[in-house]
Amino acid sequence: MTLLVVEDLRTHFFTRRGVTRAVDGVSFGLDAGETLALVGESGSGKSVTCLSLVRLVPEPAGRIVGGRVLLDGEDLLAKTPAQMRRIRGKQIAMVLQDPMTSLNPGLTIGSLITEVVRRHQGLRGAPLRARVLEALSRLRIPAAASRLAQYQHQLSGGMRQRVSSAIAMSCAPRVLIADEPTTSLDVTIQAQYLELLDDVQHATGVAIILVTHDFGIVAAIADRVAVMYAGRIVEIGRTIDIFDHPAHPYTRALLRCLPDVELKRERLIEIGGQPPDLARLPPGCPFASRCPERQSRCEIEYPPAVSMRDGHMASCWAVPALEARAG
Amino acid sequence: MMLQGVGLRKYFPAARGLALGRSRGWIKALDGVSIQVAEGETLGIVGESGSGKTTLARLILLLERPTEGALLFDGLATDAFARADLARYRRAVQAVFQDPFSSLDPRMKIEHIVAEPLPVDHGGGRAQARESVAEVLQLVGLRPDSGALYPHEFSGGQRQRVAIARALVTTPRLIVLDEPVSALDVSIRAQILNLLKGLQDKLGLAYVMISHDLAAARYLATRLAVMYAGRLVETGECEAIYADPLHPYTQALLSAALPLHPGARRQRIVLPGEVPNPMNPPAGCRFHPRCPHARPECRTTEPVFKEIRPGRITACHLY
Repeated sequence: MTLLVVEDLRTHFFTRRGVTRAVDGVSFGLDAGETLALVGESGSGKSVTCLSLVRLVPEPAGRIVGGRVLLDGEDLLAKTPAQMRRIRGKQIAMVLQDPMTSLNPGLTIGSLITEVVRRHQGLRGAPLRARVLEALSRLRIPAAASRLAQYQHQLSGGMRQRVSSAIAMSCAPRVLIADEPTTSLDVTIQAQYLELLDDVQHATGVAIILVTHDFGIVAAIADRVAVMYAGRIVEIGRTIDIFDHPAHPYTRALLRCLPDVELKRERLIEIGGQPPDLARLPPGCPFASRCPERQSRCEIEYPPAVSMRDGHMASCWAVPALEARAG
Repeated sequence: MMLQGVGLRKYFPAARGLALGRSRGWIKALDGVSIQVAEGETLGIVGESGSGKTTLARLILLLERPTEGALLFDGLATDAFARADLARYRRAVQAVFQDPFSSLDPRMKIEHIVAEPLPVDHGGGRAQARESVAEVLQLVGLRPDSGALYPHEFSGGQRQRVAIARALVTTPRLIVLDEPVSALDVSIRAQILNLLKGLQDKLGLAYVMISHDLAAARYLATRLAVMYAGRLVETGECEAIYADPLHPYTQALLSAALPLHPGARRQRIVLPGEVPNPMNPPAGCRFHPRCPHARPECRTTEPVFKEIRPGRITACHLY
């Protein structure tokens, strides 16, 4: 059975300017032990999707207005706040982009991680300390015992992100949501972290939702990819299919416009225009105004998801025609 | 050679303790770096945080004075500049910074932002200034009448265009690009990188591009300088370095950059440890504690720059 199922999730923000449809009908599934990358540009809804899964959407401006989030068949959106507190950290844990701001600067590393383990595992004394040290050493934090008394400002960026991940993994969650976990890290430190994440996943079988805007990271560690645009998943599929046979014009345009470290491109093929205003979304496909393959109905009606092989889906009116051409 | 940096060092005093006036040591942000920039070329400067690349950019822009070493422009030392030379330099060398949300004053109209680098005695006066502004706005792909708007009326990509227009208004010969696309969304990066390349072809500009993004650097740079812990480790033609990096740090840095295809998952060199403390860098080669090829001499003797192959210079005991 699929571990996590998200169905038609809708999270809107109610502001003075009107309703911003930050997440507007997102559906995907996640199996144990797999890594799903959510990619997209700022404002595409990747972070709000993650916050919605753990019910941490900033209220009252933001509200989950529809859909279901099923973890082992149980709908998280129907849980009480107290039940959610037991699920967060224990079943679903999160790692955020900037550990400098996500770790409380006034608490030691020891108290930050001990609190999580005590609350969810009910451990005390020596077993508690042993579990805390085990959690730190699993993330290969050197001299773990001496780190307990340190504060986050005494650690380097890479080490902070490891501590943050150690806290997230300390109660052996089923799902780890990592929101741009390496964006604030240098490339060689990013390489260390990604390798570590991979090892932890192999050792624990945790399912990972990785939010990123970096297709290099996607190519390196994701099993499947969901491409988001203007609050929806426009294309989802196995990583190799997304890179080799991108079906949605937005995915294809994104992959063409990136400079590649592997080869010098003479000219990048740009995507014209800007992402749309989420408070004033057009009735049809929100990418239509930037799309090279725009048809007349694109501006009127949002395209349904078209299934291809191996769970590869894209929401685009032009997709069936493209597949026929390829076949 | 248009711009030349010779043996540049920049030391900052470390935070003072209670012992009044006594510095606890020096942060060696830049420790003996020499670079050259020729007319019309792009020198890419790549490295991680703490490598000194931003300090180098600030020295080039005369925002800091070097602790030691000299910066020469058209063969003339910048610290010997007369007032007129300095004004000429400031017009000839401009900058575009990373974050167009903080580099543009939100209370100024675009036309005033763009006109700001123009000298007060611009000659032609206001009418001509307005004309120059309209001209550069058009060059960067903005409507010439957008000068009456404020920064908040523009998206991130358009703001970066405004910042580029401001750099162009004095018809410079060199623009220092400090992480010019890092703050921008993926689909906007290509627009700005293409614009920068097009402007270079059209106007014959030289760029110094500071970047931690190795893919963006490869796209724009013609020559590359790789920095580590305040020093240069390797310089040469950009394509030659990407094809065959010589220094072990360059090798690790390039192998840590992620290619855009899952099939290309290759053996990554994952370096242990972190960038050294700039107050107390390791003896010998600064990279030796993390280097997979370190030998005894690397711990004691600092390697000197050698030309390994024509145009390929690196500081490493392996060669």
